[in-house]
Amino acid sequence: MIPATDPELADDLVAAVRKYVQQEVVPAASALEHADAYPDELVDGLAALGLFGATIPLEYGGLGLDTVTYARIVEEVAAGWMSLTGVFNTHLIGATLLKLHGTEDQRRRWLPQMASGERRGCLSLSEPDAGSDTRALRCRATPDGDEYVIDGTKAWVTNGERAGIVALAAKTPEGITCFMVEKEPGHTSGGITVSRKIDKLGYKGVETVEMTYDAHRVPVTAVLGGVEALGRGLPQILGALELGRVNIAARACGVARAAFEASMRYAQQRQTFGVPIARHQAIQFKLADMATKLEASRLLTRSAAQRIDAGERADVEAGMAKLFASETAFEVATEAMRVHGGYGYTTELPVERYYRDAPLMLIGEGTNEIQRLVIARGLLDRYES
Amino acid sequence: MNVVVCVKQIPDPASPGKLDPSTKTLVREGKLVVDDSDMYGIEMALQLVGTAGGGEVTLVSMAPNNETAGLRTGLAMGAAKAILVSDDSLKGADALTTAKVLAAAIKRVNPDLVIAATESTDGYTGTLPVQMAELLGFPSITFAKSVQVDGTTVKVDRQTEAGYDEVECPLPAVVTVTAGVVEPRYPSFKGIMAAKGKPVEQLTVADLGIDGGVAVTQEVTDVVAAEARKAGEIVTDEGDAHERIVQFLEQLKVI
Repeated sequence: MIPATDPELADDLVAAVRKYVQQEVVPAASALEHADAYPDELVDGLAALGLFGATIPLEYGGLGLDTVTYARIVEEVAAGWMSLTGVFNTHLIGATLLKLHGTEDQRRRWLPQMASGERRGCLSLSEPDAGSDTRALRCRATPDGDEYVIDGTKAWVTNGERAGIVALAAKTPEGITCFMVEKEPGHTSGGITVSRKIDKLGYKGVETVEMTYDAHRVPVTAVLGGVEALGRGLPQILGALELGRVNIAARACGVARAAFEASMRYAQQRQTFGVPIARHQAIQFKLADMATKLEASRLLTRSAAQRIDAGERADVEAGMAKLFASETAFEVATEAMRVHGGYGYTTELPVERYYRDAPLMLIGEGTNEIQRLVIARGLLDRYES
Repeated sequence: MNVVVCVKQIPDPASPGKLDPSTKTLVREGKLVVDDSDMYGIEMALQLVGTAGGGEVTLVSMAPNNETAGLRTGLAMGAAKAILVSDDSLKGADALTTAKVLAAAIKRVNPDLVIAATESTDGYTGTLPVQMAELLGFPSITFAKSVQVDGTTVKVDRQTEAGYDEVECPLPAVVTVTAGVVEPRYPSFKGIMAAKGKPVEQLTVADLGIDGGVAVTQEVTDVVAAEARKAGEIVTDEGDAHERIVQFLEQLKVI
């Protein structure tokens, strides 16, 4: 159970984020994105607001916000620039792992530093040849006295270079174990090397890297939840990914909203045949469908968030929200481009960015094909006769 | 050092304002927000108290319906407490009446410095701060583009049309600050949460015990739409455009 955030407070927090995004993020986003430049100032601004501690409990220095409020905040940030939401998503997944499964020592050691943003987190599950197919994971942690020696390569690590703590899935004799690996932010730290920065279609500005572990040693105290949790890494990480999927769904709502609102403005300004194009039925149908699907996405996202807050298993609901909202974002971004016509295809307007950013949500945090499997399997479990 | 900041809570400028057809004044029902022009004063006050190493910032406001939404923004930025005067009898108050009310509320705090914006974003009279200074018996400096406190003196760079004047006066004083005097901070989430628990003293006119009382005597007799801006003159270049532009600027006496 996560205590509900006071609704008036939630409104104030969302309004504060919206103001920050409108005044600081929106004017800067396109230039930073086109240059694929890391948004240091904006990330510092988000840290000063307190976003890195959003879902970390109050007793560990966080804000203890419920998931429903967190999802609203993510939507606001993503409506300005989706990439920014990636900076705190895997950070908060790492913090959630500690909150749910960490020993008290581990929580006290890392959560306050993570809440302030002083130590930033990332998640390392996927490998070049293994994503949702977790049986194919090859990264290995070999016990050696009171240490483990880690060898392997991890792919698609958002924030990998700047992180100071990695939630890492590695094979141990007991099965897949989650390690909380401390590192120095930067290109190398001990046996860890950022081996490659991955260039992407969208989701620019934020680093997505490949990381190599070459005989990197960690103490046994790095095992999430202590030695009794050896081999339990997979259910721990998959549980925390429910929050990640709500984050992806909320970002999709943000991108869809930005694309929809841009279309609403443009459709009322742009004239053809002597009237604003918003007066043409062809455009009206698009606007109606965009708004309807956006609203449905938002409600699915809220429903999944409510389930997490209630302390219930939310794999099905988070999967549904992620699936529907991301397909909606992709569709709305495409429709926004059609509404904008040739101008939508130019780099002068942000519509082309929404169009390039949207596919990330179809694929990230488990492809939509995997979401369908998760949803179906979860439902079959619930309806088991 | 204790600093009071006058904070006006106004209808959200993002939504179109409405005039009450009977009183011909701005409709102030519904949620109000802090006037953006006051954010500079709040930030200035927080920085001055921070530099002084002690004291606190108190917000003082007059608004209908016990509205505190705008004050909470200032409290979230770091002000310690707020005083709100809310009284149905003040509906439609003019600048002098408001100055009397605010001066009476400010006296309760006994501040070293009072900061206000040069003018509000909804009323634009720009007369209230100096009226208030007069009622408080404080010296006042207007249009500050920078403010420093040195012991018992406030030193101000005062914006003028040609540049700025360096002026100073003894404390306590009233200073009005321009937009851009400092960059207002964004309230942090923790600040917003803490603001919920900060004291807001709610007062009526009777609580203030103003000598002679206050009466709203202003009457708005008519409101007319502002004259539409005239279209500019387009100079088509036929080889002499630069001369015509120079001539035009000379006419305006800007060169």
